Amino acid sequence: MTSPRTDAPVLEVTDLVKHFSTGSGFRSGSGVVRAVDGVSFTIGPGEILGLVGESGSGKSTVGRCVTRLVEPTSGSIKLLGTEISSLSRRAMRPLRRQVHIVFQDPYSSLNPRMTIGQIVAEPMRLHGTAKGAALDERVDEMLEKCGLRSELRDRFPHEMSGGQRQRVGLARALALEPSLVIADEPVSALDVSVQASILNLITDLQRDLGFSCLFITHDLSVVEYISDAIAVMYLGKIVERTSREKLFRDPQMPYTQSLLTAAPVPDPVAQRERTRVVLRGDLPSPLDPPSGCPFHTRCPVAVERCTVEVPPLVGVTEPDHLVACHLVDRETGAPDIAAAAAAQGAEAGAGLQTGARRPA
Amino acid sequence: MTTTVSERVPTGPASDALLSVQDLHIRFSTEDGPVHAVNGVSFDLAAGEILALVGESGCGKSVTAMSVPGLLSPNATVDGRILLQGRDLLGLSAKELRAVRGKEISFVFQEPMSSLNPAFTVGKQIREVLQRHEGLSKKAAHERAVDLLRLVRIPAPERRVDEYPHQMSGGMRQRVMIAIAVACGPKVLVADEPTTALDVTIQAGVLDILRGLRDELGTAIILITHDLGVVADLADRVVVMYAGRPVEQAEVHELFAHPQHPYTNGLLGAVPHREKGVELVAGRRLREIPGLVPSLRSDPDECVFAPRCPRSTEVCVSRRPPLEPTRPHHPAACFHPGEDE
Ligand SMILES: Nc1ncnc2c1ncn2[C@@H]1O[C@H](COP(=O)(O)OP(=O)(O)OP(=O)(O)O)[C@@H](O)[C@H]1O
Ligand SMILES: Nc1ncnc2c1ncn2[C@@H]1O[C@H](COP(=O)(O)OP(=O)(O)OP(=O)(O)O)[C@@H](O)[C@H]1O
Ligand code: SF4
Ligand SMILES: [Mg+2]
Ligand SMILES: [Mg+2]
Repeated sequence: MTSPRTDAPVLEVTDLVKHFSTGSGFRSGSGVVRAVDGVSFTIGPGEILGLVGESGSGKSTVGRCVTRLVEPTSGSIKLLGTEISSLSRRAMRPLRRQVHIVFQDPYSSLNPRMTIGQIVAEPMRLHGTAKGAALDERVDEMLEKCGLRSELRDRFPHEMSGGQRQRVGLARALALEPSLVIADEPVSALDVSVQASILNLITDLQRDLGFSCLFITHDLSVVEYISDAIAVMYLGKIVERTSREKLFRDPQMPYTQSLLTAAPVPDPVAQRERTRVVLRGDLPSPLDPPSGCPFHTRCPVAVERCTVEVPPLVGVTEPDHLVACHLVDRETGAPDIAAAAAAQGAEAGAGLQTGARRPA
Repeated sequence: MTTTVSERVPTGPASDALLSVQDLHIRFSTEDGPVHAVNGVSFDLAAGEILALVGESGCGKSVTAMSVPGLLSPNATVDGRILLQGRDLLGLSAKELRAVRGKEISFVFQEPMSSLNPAFTVGKQIREVLQRHEGLSKKAAHERAVDLLRLVRIPAPERRVDEYPHQMSGGMRQRVMIAIAVACGPKVLVADEPTTALDVTIQAGVLDILRGLRDELGTAIILITHDLGVVADLADRVVVMYAGRPVEQAEVHELFAHPQHPYTNGLLGAVPHREKGVELVAGRRLREIPGLVPSLRSDPDECVFAPRCPRSTEVCVSRRPPLEPTRPHHPAACFHPGEDE
């Protein structure tokens, strides 16, 4: 970063827990959804952390705790060095402009009765950072930065395409020059060609404005493109966390390995030659998470110990490559789930198939 | 331009076509005037073949697929021919079509929750199809329902058969939908974005099931998706659509190795994916396709892609590029076809 900032983290989350109680569920009675179950990470200045995981793994809940849209059950959240998990709304107010969230659904996240100009101006009005002509100018500037012609300011959200609406969301989020942007699946609802332009836009803006970003997605190929570090979530817990390079070069947690092999690559020759591992079963319910390692019910290499003992998130082969798996070994590294699946694939009903394909 | 009889170009052996869609046009009449949703789509589908329809949102993939089993809304006008083993489905009565649907052609929609009835167990919903089309007894239908759930790899099918849709995860519901769709051994399965709502690890399982149906039962599949990874994984042949028009068709390896249409080139360049052995360079940009998809209010006599196309010249806006082979068995509708760079 060229800006004269210290290297102190912009965001520091420690042991974050969020449990929802499901009042009177008619089928399972009441219970506790362990949506986020002890999550820790830091984001440095100008850093983009990709948070990846299956639907329901708790990614959005992490983002919503950080922006205080939901109250965390326990744990610490430090924004620019200030503990915000227990701040009152009023005390939180000056810090609000430092963190902004961009949502997945460009259709429902913008107020349909406001014009684009009003939507982008609103946070600046609320925080009193600009008014009158200066505010108008700033709105035009933000729209332009986000690739929208300023004459669009009088349009309403329903008059714009999905990609354009997502640009409006970004213009609004960045208007106050926040230190941290939480982007919750900002491109998941868009076509690939539109996705590409939004991802390019985020990279450009990040380079120019230098904000830090928690980029939430279920699509590993998206974070690979955009992030510096990656954290993989499974059932409310981070199961692997390291730099982008290390994660893709040496994925260690069996769940991360399966995510990587399951995402089809857009190349028929490569895709059909790959050995894939198809996991058995679905994501277990966060109402009733498995004992031990949360992944053991689907893990191709699980052993007895995995069913009883929760693996801690620690650096095994390298101090900055954190992984929560009993089978990662200091000397021999990560278990090879493809080999395990291939061996088990021969047995009938093993619940796994490897990518032994009929030739095309 | 005079109306062409058909811009259809055979891209494979036409003789063994199980399903042949010829010069399909679909128009919707709306309060604001007509919507030209599909203009001149043609393709053949052989038994055991998987054909992918790809393109951006709104380009007409779903309506093309829905016209085959006759599921379009009443404000639609459909022209052309849809031949299932030589029989034109567009000429059938509603009653005759109902007999074809579910039995010879069946459908899996994108949103599994809205297509299952929340009030009945999944077992009852599978039995219902079997009893209606196959005339099975309740007991036989129940046993077959359990078998079908096993076929789509639902764990403990004997128990799951008595569950309601809300008791299942999204991935399981989608597999139940597939079980219902293949209950009567259809010749053609139309799968509209069958994995779009699912996560990759669950998606991989559903794609394997579709592949298994093709390999084991010889089911022909029309696969609608906007995910080029899914196409690369599963499809034999691909039709690329843009704004209601087919712009390129080819065998899957041929298409990815030698994309001809600038739109297809743009789509392939826009996907973020790891290039093997290439260091990830910070600040690497994805390729964009600038501009917006055109409105479908008119059907102009020019290339529909011209306003966004980096190669467009005068000829592109003077008339419509015909869908003609630019390489063997590989038609593309473009005056300047070829691979980028
Ligand atoms: N307000 C709430 N009340 C009860 N449960 C909730 C609430 N919000 C989220 N949950 C539950 O918490 C878990 C995590 O949800 P969350 O939305 O964080 O997941 P996610 O990883 O963002 O998933 P997706 O990819 O589908 O957006 C889920 O089981 C969800 O049902
Ligand atoms: N009943 C209808 N009345 C009017 N227009 C319609 C109707 N159904 C579809 N259309 C229009 O026809 C066009 C093609 O729609 P279609 O649903 O086939 O797109 P698609 O390619 O499947 O897109 P997506 O990827 O978003 O599912 C769209 O512009 C749509 O608005
Ligand atoms: S016909 Fe012209 S405008 Fe259309 S895709 Fe080809 S080069 Fe581009
Ligand atoms: Mg979410
Ligand atoms: Mg569709």
